[in-house]
Amino acid sequence: MSSSSSSVTVATPALPVSLRGVGRTFPAVRGGEERIVLRDIQLEIAPGEIVALLGPSGCGKSTLLRQISGLDRPTAGTLTIDRTAVAPADQRSAVAFQEPRLLPWRTVARNVELGLPRGLDRRQGAERVAELLELVQLSHAAGLKPREISGGMAQRVSLARALARGPGVLLLDEPFGALDALTRLTMQDLLVDIHRAEPATIVLVTHDVDEALALADRIVLLGTRHDRPGATISMILDVPGARPRDRASVVLTRLRAKLLDALGVPSHHGA
Amino acid sequence: MSFDERGGAPVRRPSTEGRRSASLFQFVSGYGYSAAGRDLPEVSRGRTTVTTILLGLVLPVLILAVWWVAAESGAIPDYLLPSPPQVVAAGVELAQAGLLATYILISVQRVLLGFAIGAAIGLVLGALVGLSPLASKLLAPLLGAIRAVPSLAWVPLLTIYLGIYEEPKITLIAIGAAFPVFTTVAGALRHVDPHLVEAGQAFGLGRLALLSTVQLPAVVPSIVSGLRLALAQAWLFLVAAELIASSMGLGFLLIDSQNNGRIDRLFLAIILLGVLGKTTDALVGLGERALLQRWG
Ligand SMILES: Nc1ncnc2c1ncn2[C@@H]1O[C@H](COP(=O)(O)OP(=O)(O)OP(=O)(O)O)[C@@H](O)[C@H]1O
Ligand SMILES: [Mg+2]
Repeated sequence: MSSSSSSVTVATPALPVSLRGVGRTFPAVRGGEERIVLRDIQLEIAPGEIVALLGPSGCGKSTLLRQISGLDRPTAGTLTIDRTAVAPADQRSAVAFQEPRLLPWRTVARNVELGLPRGLDRRQGAERVAELLELVQLSHAAGLKPREISGGMAQRVSLARALARGPGVLLLDEPFGALDALTRLTMQDLLVDIHRAEPATIVLVTHDVDEALALADRIVLLGTRHDRPGATISMILDVPGARPRDRASVVLTRLRAKLLDALGVPSHHGA
Repeated sequence: MSFDERGGAPVRRPSTEGRRSASLFQFVSGYGYSAAGRDLPEVSRGRTTVTTILLGLVLPVLILAVWWVAAESGAIPDYLLPSPPQVVAAGVELAQAGLLATYILISVQRVLLGFAIGAAIGLVLGALVGLSPLASKLLAPLLGAIRAVPSLAWVPLLTIYLGIYEEPKITLIAIGAAFPVFTTVAGALRHVDPHLVEAGQAFGLGRLALLSTVQLPAVVPSIVSGLRLALAQAWLFLVAAELIASSMGLGFLLIDSQNNGRIDRLFLAIILLGVLGKTTDALVGLGERALLQRWG
């Protein structure tokens, strides 16, 4: 993948993110019990850092991402981006949701357009969109409607939309989940390229241990202790090495074993 | 830099998995809906359209034939059942007197005007009730009650307030046309995919931009079907409206023919109402298809 240096510059500098004692409890509905989903999340993310959030399904990864994006408010603790409190639907960050969430009546290109920053003139906007579509290898699909493209293509459109404004904080919820193995690797490399060209602080939710190892500076494991409700950070791993990384390196192999072990999966590694 | 290392919840994976893949949860997680797999609306090809039209004509033609035979055979006296030629003759007679075109035009005009006004009001009320919970609580019960009033019940009141000319008639038709639009639009707006609305908000759309970018486009198909229902309803209310001291129109033709025992004209009026209603509906249907291609 070629470098993604852009001709239309909209990128804002990467911003630090800070989570202090963040918790989210959903109130009881009709006689049920309240649901403690997240508790005591403590995390400082440096500007330009890539953090991978890993954890079992339903543990609250998407919920945590929603707190950072300002689409949901924590019931405990404070969240800041660049040292100021996260606002509702904070425009300093951009999200690629777990589901593509494309407007079905708009073409792929017009969907990406939705992510553009305000105040970009028409021509610049069109240029930026074309560039992003090229980046996610969808130039050929620019004129198609969401119902005419595959799930993996839709995810890439959603990624392009999130990238469109060059956000200071990029929140990606399993952005490559629906992609086939090969496209996924290409997209991971692409993300590395994009990050180099327009460094943003990235929080990446993933189920894929290898993906986390290939992309992240740090891997944050969310987990629930059996004696306490609510998921919190159970482990933070620093991943050494500059990207792109040799996926087969000894260090990564050892880290993978450690992660799988922490996730409760036997790694069958060298014993 | 590790906290509690044993915190990870245990997750099982199929034992056949080797270490080749570290993709643990791929099979657990639902990756949302992809748009793929939803069928494109069937584009009607020339032949299927012709077949459809021909099939639709089978029963009317059959009924016409039976009617004709029944009337001509003399089994039923013609003061109860006029023959098709008699009905046609009645039409020709009215046309020669210059009345048929006038009646049709005035009725069509009333329907279209009442429909336009009613649809506009229905759209505004529907948007209010669909978007604002407060407006919904304020308006929905009242509108529900107004809606439950049968069309004929308005006639005396409208006559007293608005006189006997066009105003009460068009008002009545507008009342009839407003409700289908109101109901469908309010319902549809309330059920716009919250995921899409949230995505719009996430990308910085304010209330108005959200409305024009996400919510309204999302309900275009409902608006169109609401409009279609409203048009049908407008024709239904036309006859009630033309009970109000009219001297023209297809509803008047019905009343007048009943009073004069002109069963051939009664048949003519009923057939014209059916044909005109179906024709306007078909025209809206064409518009609907074009719109759905764009917004569907
Ligand atoms: N609005 C809500 N009201 C009540 N409970 C909620 C709400 N949103 C999420 N939850 C609960 O929070 C928990 C975490 O959900 P979340 O979507 O964050 O999980 P996740 O880690 O992203 O899972 P997955 O990997 O399957 O996407 C779930 O048990 C869910 O039921
Ligand atoms: Mg999730």
